[in-house]
Amino acid sequence: MTDDRRRAILGDALGVGLAAGAYAISFGAISVASGLSILQTQTLSVLMFTGASQFALVGVLAAGGGAFVAVATAALLGTRNGFYGLHMAPLLGMRGWRRLPAAQLTIDESTAMAVGQEDNQRDTRLAFWSTGLAIFILWNLGTLLGALGAGLIGDPGTYGLDAAIPAAFLALLWPRLTTTIMRTVAAVSVVAGVALTTLLPAGTPVLVAGALGVACGIVLSRRESKA
Amino acid sequence: MIWTAVIAGSLACYLLKVAGYTLPDRLLTAPAVQRVTILIPVALLAALVGVQTVADGAAVAIDARVAGLAAAVVALLLRAPFLVVVLVAAGVAAGGRALGWLP
Repeated sequence: MTDDRRRAILGDALGVGLAAGAYAISFGAISVASGLSILQTQTLSVLMFTGASQFALVGVLAAGGGAFVAVATAALLGTRNGFYGLHMAPLLGMRGWRRLPAAQLTIDESTAMAVGQEDNQRDTRLAFWSTGLAIFILWNLGTLLGALGAGLIGDPGTYGLDAAIPAAFLALLWPRLTTTIMRTVAAVSVVAGVALTTLLPAGTPVLVAGALGVACGIVLSRRESKA
Repeated sequence: MIWTAVIAGSLACYLLKVAGYTLPDRLLTAPAVQRVTILIPVALLAALVGVQTVADGAAVAIDARVAGLAAAVVALLLRAPFLVVVLVAAGVAAGGRALGWLP
């Protein structure tokens, strides 16, 4: 590997890490404003370490949903990391205990950066580990900053933090709306979520609306593959 | 209750990550399984957007969050980065409330 190549990969890793760190500031602030302690917030960033699931767990708890519903929502959003792992395992070529830390660092960004180097295994490994570690460190630093900051302010509504939560979910959703099917699934899920809010106990509207959206997506993609 | 959710949720998410490295390929590469996996984040994130924008406990409340979300859409259309989108939404909601225009 040339020095230039190595420098480029490490530079990209730091850039992605800084972006994730900035995002983590909003997570830390929203989590504490939602009623989690600073320690609980930080525990999520260390142990769960997958943004969408962390936001979902906090969001469902804040909405008055029970622990089971919050965990189920976070876990469902975390299923995609399992598929990233499936893809990364042969690329990283690891056996035994090394798979355990690698698994924890297997998230959207580290997978994307590693897959971008697919033609060269040493580049792939460097991109995966450097991106994963940069994000892990900066994600946790950002979380701490946001959590400490939110502890200093009073009513979260005054600062619009309650509006920041759906905006954060929308920003995570936006890049996935690439096809008509995905946009339809999203629209069905939004409408169903709102409609079910008054009908079902807190937390469950998200799960039921999500299931309806997935069912709708399966029907639509079947129809498309037949046409 | 919060600690239970934090620990159980973290454990579930980690086991899912480890599953990718340890389960046999054929279990996860079935076309139906892959299709559902792409759909789950879209459907759940969209449902979360809807519910978190209007839910007030088990009631629906139209307040400053709706204006904040509309501002977030504009920011996303202008290709703003994640943190800017979140700050714009919070800023519009906070500003609207400070001016007394929005509940």
